[in-house]
Amino acid sequence: MHPSPDIGIWIGGLLTLGIFSFLYGDNPYYKFCEALFVGVSAGHWFITLFWTVFIPKLLGNIGIAIHTFRTEGFAAGMSDYMHWSYIFGGILGFLMILRLFPKIGWISRWSLAFVVGTTAGYYFINYLVSNGLMQIQKTILPLTSVGNIILVVGTFCGLIYFFFSKEHKGAFGGLARVGIWFLMITFGASFGYTVMSRMSLLIGRMDYIFGIWLGMIR
Amino acid sequence: MIGSENKTVKRVFSFLFLVFLFSPILIISIAEAQYSLLVPGDTLPPAAPTKTEAFDTPYDRGRSITINWEKSKDDGAGENDVKGYEILRSTEVDGEYKLIGTTVGGAQHFIDNDVRDGIEYFYRIRVTDGISFSLSNPSLPAKSKPQWINLRRTNIFIFAVALTFAILYYINRAKAGKELFIRKIAGLEAVDDAVGRATEMGRKIFYIPGISDMDNMQTIAGLTILGRVAKVAAEYEARLEVPVSRSMVMVSAREVMKEAYSNAGRPDAFNEDLVYYLTDDQFGYAAAVDGLFVREKPAAIFLQGQFYAESLILAETGNSVGAIQIAGTAAPAQIPFFIAACDFTLIGEELFAASAYLSRDPKLLGSLKGQDVGKVIFLAAIILGVILLSFRLMNIGPWFSVG
Repeated sequence: MHPSPDIGIWIGGLLTLGIFSFLYGDNPYYKFCEALFVGVSAGHWFITLFWTVFIPKLLGNIGIAIHTFRTEGFAAGMSDYMHWSYIFGGILGFLMILRLFPKIGWISRWSLAFVVGTTAGYYFINYLVSNGLMQIQKTILPLTSVGNIILVVGTFCGLIYFFFSKEHKGAFGGLARVGIWFLMITFGASFGYTVMSRMSLLIGRMDYIFGIWLGMIR
Repeated sequence: MIGSENKTVKRVFSFLFLVFLFSPILIISIAEAQYSLLVPGDTLPPAAPTKTEAFDTPYDRGRSITINWEKSKDDGAGENDVKGYEILRSTEVDGEYKLIGTTVGGAQHFIDNDVRDGIEYFYRIRVTDGISFSLSNPSLPAKSKPQWINLRRTNIFIFAVALTFAILYYINRAKAGKELFIRKIAGLEAVDDAVGRATEMGRKIFYIPGISDMDNMQTIAGLTILGRVAKVAAEYEARLEVPVSRSMVMVSAREVMKEAYSNAGRPDAFNEDLVYYLTDDQFGYAAAVDGLFVREKPAAIFLQGQFYAESLILAETGNSVGAIQIAGTAAPAQIPFFIAACDFTLIGEELFAASAYLSRDPKLLGSLKGQDVGKVIFLAAIILGVILLSFRLMNIGPWFSVG
C-alpha cells in the first residue's frame, strides 16, 4: 500500500467517500461535501461562463468589429455585421439584469420571450428534419429481410402510439400497443447499455480510491 | 513403414514441382525489382490539370468558394504517378499565388472556406508526382456571397408550410368552439392526486425542470407543466418548491409560478424564494437535490424536462423517500430509468402534449391536432415509399434527404 503524497488527491478521495456516505443515509459528512460541491461548482461555472462566453463571445466579437471599423474604414467596418450582431445578445443580457430593479424588472421578459421564441422556431425546423424527414428516409426500406420488416413495423406502430387526437381503441389501439412494446424493448436495451456505462464510472472512482489515492492496486 | 516413406517422397516431389512451376514468376519479379533500382527516377512532370473553375459555393451563407478541375492525364492513367494536388490562390490573375490547401491524387474538387465576401479570387492547381510538378491555368475570378434561400431544402419548406397550415387550421377550429379530442395520458391524470396527497400529508412538492437551459424545448415544455402544477398547488395551499440549475430557468420559472398563483386567485401565496438556483454543475445539482429529498421528504416529486445521467440518481432517491413521482422527458436514454423508478412517466412527445392536455387551451389543442396531421403525412409517406421500393417500382427516399 502506497498512499499518494499529493494533498489534492487526498482531498479528492475524502470528498469521494463523503459523497459515497449518502448510501448509508443523510449525515453531516455528506452535508459538508454536498455544500462544498454546490458552492464550489456554482462559483466555477460563473467564472467559466464569464471567461468562455462574456469575454470571448461578446467583448471579443465586438472588439473585432471595432478593429475592422478602425483599420479598414467605415464601409468595411459596418459590413462586418456578423461581429456587430453580438451587440444584440449583449443588450438582451443587459435587459435581464434589469430584474434587479423592481420598477423596470418587467423589461427582462423581452429577453425571455426572445429566447423562448427563437428556441421554438429553431427547433421546429431541426425536429422536422431529424424526427421527420430523416426518419421517413431511413424507414423507406424494401420488405426483403426480417431486419427491415422489424424496423418498418416498429417505426409505424411507434408513431401510431404518439397519436393524441384519436383514442387507442380497436385496430388502432392494437397497433399502438405493438408500438409501446417496441418502445419498451428499446428502453430495456438502452437501460442495460446505460447501466454498463455507469458501471464504468463506478470502476473509475474505485480506481481513484484504491489506485491513485491509497496505492493498493496498480 | 514402407508406405509412410513413399508418402514422404511424394510430398517432397510435389513441393519441388510447385517450386519449378512458380519459379519463372519469382525470377521475373526479382529482375523487375532490380531493374527499377538501376534505372534513374521519373524526370517528366505529370500533365497539368485542366479546366480549372472557381465559383461561389451555392446555397451557403457566404465566405466559401468551390474550385473544380479536370485531373491530370497522369492521374489514374498515363504514367499514373500523381501524388496529389495543391490549391493556390491569388487576388490578382498575374499576382503571387499562395498555397491554401492540398488534396490527394484523384481529387477534382476543393472548397475554400477562408475567403472574404465580395473580393475576387483566382485559383491555380498544381499537380505533383513527388519529384516534379505542373501548374494549371488560372481560373476566372470568383467572388463569394451569402444566399438567402437554400433550394436544396425545398422539401423542408414544403413540409414546414404544410404542418404550419394544419396547425393554424386546427387552432382556428378550436377557437371557433369545435371540441378537439385528446386521448388519456395516464401520468397527467395523476397530477391533481399527487398535489392533493402532498396537501393531506402536509409535506412539500418538489418540481425539477431538468438541467438544461431555456434554449431546450423540453425545459420550455417542463415549465408549461409547472404552470398547471403551481396552479393546483396554489388552490390546494400546498407548498411547491422548484430548485433549478440555470439562472434563465429560475427567472422563467418564477414568472410561470407568479402567473399560476395569480390565476388561482392566490397571488399572496407566491414567494420568489420558492424557485431557487443551486448550481449549473450537473452532479453538484444532483447531490443538492438528493439532499433536499432526503431532508424534506416530499410527498410528490415532478421531474419534467431534459435530464442526463442524474436522472436515475434523482428518481431513485425520490423513490426511497416514498414520494409519488411523475416524470417526463424526451431524452431516450433517460426514459428507461424514469420508467423503472417513477410512478408515472411521460414518454417523449407526451411531455410536449402535456401542456395542451392539462390546460385545454384551444391554441394548444389545435396545435396538437395539427401535429397529428403531420404524423399522418409521415405515415402515408412511409407506407407509400415501402410499397414502391418493395415492388421495385420507385425509390422516393431521396425526396426526404436534406441538403
